[in-house]
Amino acid sequence: MLMLDVSHLSKTYGSGSGAFTAIGDISLSVVAGELVCIVGPSGCGKTTMLRCLAGLLPPTSGAVSLDAQPVTRPPRQMAVVFQDYSRSLLPWLDVVGNVTLPLKAAGVRKPRRLALAGDALAAVGLAEHAHKYPWQLSGGMQQRAAIARALAYQPEILLMDEPFASVDAQTRAELEDLLLDVWTRFDITILLVTHDIDEAVYLADRVVLLSGAPAIVTESLTVDLPRPRDQIATKEMPEFAHLRAHVFAAVKAAGDQARRDAASEASAPDAAAGVAVGPDAAA
Amino acid sequence: MSAQVRRRLRTEAVVLPALGVAVAVAAVELAPRLGILPRQSFPPFSEIFGALAGLLGDSELWGAVRDTLSSWALSMVFAILIAVPLGMAMGSSRVGALLMRLTIDFLRPIPSVALIPILVLIYGTQPSIKVALATLGATFPLLFQAMYGVADVDPVAKDTARAFGLGGWSRARRITFPSVVPYLTTGLRISASVALILVVTGEYVVGVAGLGREVLIAQSGGAYDRMYAFIVATGVLGLGVNLALLAAERRVLFWHASQRGQGADE
Repeated sequence: MLMLDVSHLSKTYGSGSGAFTAIGDISLSVVAGELVCIVGPSGCGKTTMLRCLAGLLPPTSGAVSLDAQPVTRPPRQMAVVFQDYSRSLLPWLDVVGNVTLPLKAAGVRKPRRLALAGDALAAVGLAEHAHKYPWQLSGGMQQRAAIARALAYQPEILLMDEPFASVDAQTRAELEDLLLDVWTRFDITILLVTHDIDEAVYLADRVVLLSGAPAIVTESLTVDLPRPRDQIATKEMPEFAHLRAHVFAAVKAAGDQARRDAASEASAPDAAAGVAVGPDAAA
Repeated sequence: MSAQVRRRLRTEAVVLPALGVAVAVAAVELAPRLGILPRQSFPPFSEIFGALAGLLGDSELWGAVRDTLSSWALSMVFAILIAVPLGMAMGSSRVGALLMRLTIDFLRPIPSVALIPILVLIYGTQPSIKVALATLGATFPLLFQAMYGVADVDPVAKDTARAFGLGGWSRARRITFPSVVPYLTTGLRISASVALILVVTGEYVVGVAGLGREVLIAQSGGAYDRMYAFIVATGVLGLGVNLALLAAERRVLFWHASQRGQGADE
């Protein structure tokens, strides 16, 4: 069942000679229950794309639809986890206050709000820290709180923008496993943006590769590693190493291509900016 | 930080300010006695303090304090009602900012005291003149704080609120306003000092009831110890207002980075 459908999405900031095309042409689709990771080099427009998908930023052209409804503003069935948890959580509210705020704004009654928050906090292992303030928690615990907030909102799909990029390696592995756990437990669809190739291959059913500025989809790769996955056993598998190498080569090639384009564009200033290069969208 | 270092810092935080006060008091005591300052117009500290102690049982002092404080409070209420909505409107709307910015930038550097002649024409020598004067002066710091505060709401927090479906009013109430509060508390403290100065100035210059007029009366009667006692009382009042606002700020902003370190280990 098709859930999220992105068709020929593009985003250009500004106009005329100052125009900057962040997204060239992105088409992709996510089916219900899938865990898709989008990988691309830093600065390739991943965050811009995610903000377009979340209905936070209107695209220049193309369309996003969720459950066959066009996304023109943030949909109720969607929750977002941002990279910068310390800025995304509100410091004047305690953990449970942060988790219940979206529900409060949506008019959910208090007993139900607290029940949903309790379940979500238990799922991320923060039940005992419900009345602490975000700034009293470690980075990893703050991101757990942000994940709990998203889960309590009862979304069908969870968008995550480099959610584990700001924590240490050990915490990162813990949070990856936590995510896989809540993904199956809460029966949701996840679209996660990352620049970490290992993370993408470890988590995903499918890895979508973006090439750099302006972003286009260069490849969509099915990851058929067995589940449940394990930080040690899965990563020791030859298939894991093979997929990882493949994605790594593709990302590197895209990066080299982008650098060559930038160089040739610099030497030929009249060249039209934003023309899609390389293989067209995989869709 | 070890307990020992903490204890030393805490002792320093009490001892050093006390030492500073002691030096200042000694200077005020000795300067007139040693003839560095003219004795007849600048009595030593002990005499000022004596006069102040005498005033404490006096209804004149407390009446003047009441007059000054009530005018101050009223002008703060007016300043808040004007500055906070206006500043937040200017900070959140480009049109609003463009409409008002130039006018306000023109008005801001005009010293409030220079407005007294205009206010005398409008209000005469009514007590309301000092409230008007203090309101004008107290509005600007608060206005600019509100404006900068609104413009500085974290974009990630705003995105989060929108992504989770908070509507415009919800975002204003639950995201924007709490984000602006730290700016407002700072503005409030600046405005409070400005308002107190201007209330006393108004009393002194125009001669309406309050501490400022008591200073004027004592001065013209040549009762210099009494004049200084009223001046000291004004200073104590200012200090009290500032300390009270700081304490309130610590309670309201317990979550803010500026307050978190303090008292966390108690």
